[in-house]
Amino acid sequence: MTILQGATGEWEMVIGLEVHAQVISNAKLFSAAATTFGAAPNAQVSLVDAAFPGMLPVLNEKCIEQAVRTGLGLKAQINLTSVFDRKNYFYADLPAGYQISQFTQPIVGKGEILLDMPDGVTRCIGITRLHLEQDAGKSMHDQSPSETFVDLNRAGVALMEIVSEPDMRSGEEAGAYLKKLRAILRYLGTCDGNMEEGSMRCDVNLSMRRKGETAFGTRCEIKNVNSIRFVQQAIEYESHRQVEVLESGGTIIQETRLWDTAKGITRTMRSKEDAHDYRYFPDPDLLPLVLDPAFVENIRQHLPELPDDKRARFITYYGLKPYDASVLVAEKATADFFELVAAGRDGKLAANWVTVELFGALNKRGKTIEESPVSAEALGGLVDLISAQILSGRMAKEVFEAMVETGQSAAQIVEERGLKQVTDSGAIEKEVDAILAANGDKVAEYRSGKDKLFGFFVGQVMKATEGKANPALLNELLKKKLSGSAV
Amino acid sequence: MTIDQKTVAKIASLARLKIPVEEQNAVAGELNKILAWVEQLNEVDVEGIEPLANVNDAFLRARPDVVTEGGSAQDILANAPSQTADFFTVPKVVE
Repeated sequence: MTILQGATGEWEMVIGLEVHAQVISNAKLFSAAATTFGAAPNAQVSLVDAAFPGMLPVLNEKCIEQAVRTGLGLKAQINLTSVFDRKNYFYADLPAGYQISQFTQPIVGKGEILLDMPDGVTRCIGITRLHLEQDAGKSMHDQSPSETFVDLNRAGVALMEIVSEPDMRSGEEAGAYLKKLRAILRYLGTCDGNMEEGSMRCDVNLSMRRKGETAFGTRCEIKNVNSIRFVQQAIEYESHRQVEVLESGGTIIQETRLWDTAKGITRTMRSKEDAHDYRYFPDPDLLPLVLDPAFVENIRQHLPELPDDKRARFITYYGLKPYDASVLVAEKATADFFELVAAGRDGKLAANWVTVELFGALNKRGKTIEESPVSAEALGGLVDLISAQILSGRMAKEVFEAMVETGQSAAQIVEERGLKQVTDSGAIEKEVDAILAANGDKVAEYRSGKDKLFGFFVGQVMKATEGKANPALLNELLKKKLSGSAV
Repeated sequence: MTIDQKTVAKIASLARLKIPVEEQNAVAGELNKILAWVEQLNEVDVEGIEPLANVNDAFLRARPDVVTEGGSAQDILANAPSQTADFFTVPKVVE
């Protein structure tokens, strides 16, 4: 919870999010035109999408399945009967003058999403509902000084509108909610979650109340926030704006505001006050949608392992720390990569190498895990060499850097560069003896209480062996030699 | 429920219908007659009956997720009053 300090006291944020997630399907919700992103203008438009007279919508079965799958992934109630309604408004990219949506009887009811916050706290955020609806076309205002260009390729593509309860109390929680929802959708394969291409879009509902207050204040809806970072920035700006208005004796007007990315502010959308009067009514072209319980059950049986379950398994099976497990399951591709590295190996060691060294190398190069220059098999090979004590941790880092640069396997690099760790205690003992013999004065100082010199001896032996002495073995031998037995 | 002149003006504006002020009272009268006729239904006892979204004794049929339409931008645009480079064009919409 973020508490905002105002001039007259402390304030708390109340946040609810509406997410529009584009359904992964070949064809649109009510037509047989394609849904792929980036096609030539109006190349993926059927007569239904363009609202030609007499055209009738026919529901795509895949979209129903995807909505039910998502509902189950959100641990939500599936409504076996749902109804499609018309939401009426006029806009150039909405050819029919109405959007087919679901109003009073959505396909999915109440569910929940668990957030694992960095401080170790788990927050449960309620899902109010999920319903299916058509997307609108795309308007482009910057192509001509006097005209708006309209492309209907997106018109009619299936969207899932996922509405949360007003359960979030900080921008950080809103960000965590979006990340978790996106992960769940990707695991389920029901939406690609790509906010840049607009296949996942977010509206923020935000109100403020004095700390300790239980009633909600008047909220504003912020539209057009198309990245998680912008959602957090918009919340930051809008919460301060509302507190300023309230503390100076003003009132918040319930309105729709736009996030202005360039200026970093929210501003009132110039729209008529009755713009929200959508006059919903059941679409007479469509019958109620009735699902067979066996259809829902079959989808439930085939759900993949979801992030929460995977995280729990990583903790118990591989012995990972909860935080590391959360990091690894956040993206399915990362979790899959980790499991390949960890297969038959030390899970904690594998997790460490994936989350620290590999993530570090990927971040530095701006690459995703799918583009990793080191494959999971290759990283596993490196972990093997560490476990077999052929490489010390320090040497392994050097080998890893070389793997990233050259794409060679760990074994190849170790062989070529002669990097094998010395684990032969006889050989290390010889080096230790030589160093102690050459530094008789320091040995005497150490024995008279100057413990700090231990590091000096370690450094000298490491230098003599070019860093290849096994550190544990070296420590043990040094301690034994220094603790009194004759040199 | 009765509809007054103000309500007529509002729903006409929502529906983008131009109804001159001097005709709005007459339209209100007509709409009130229609509503009164529909309100006869209130005489039926519907206690304990689930509301219906549709009176047909049938349920929605779905089709397979297969692409069979599209690829005909010029057909879609054929009746458009104005177009440029396969886009529909409309007077500038400013937000």
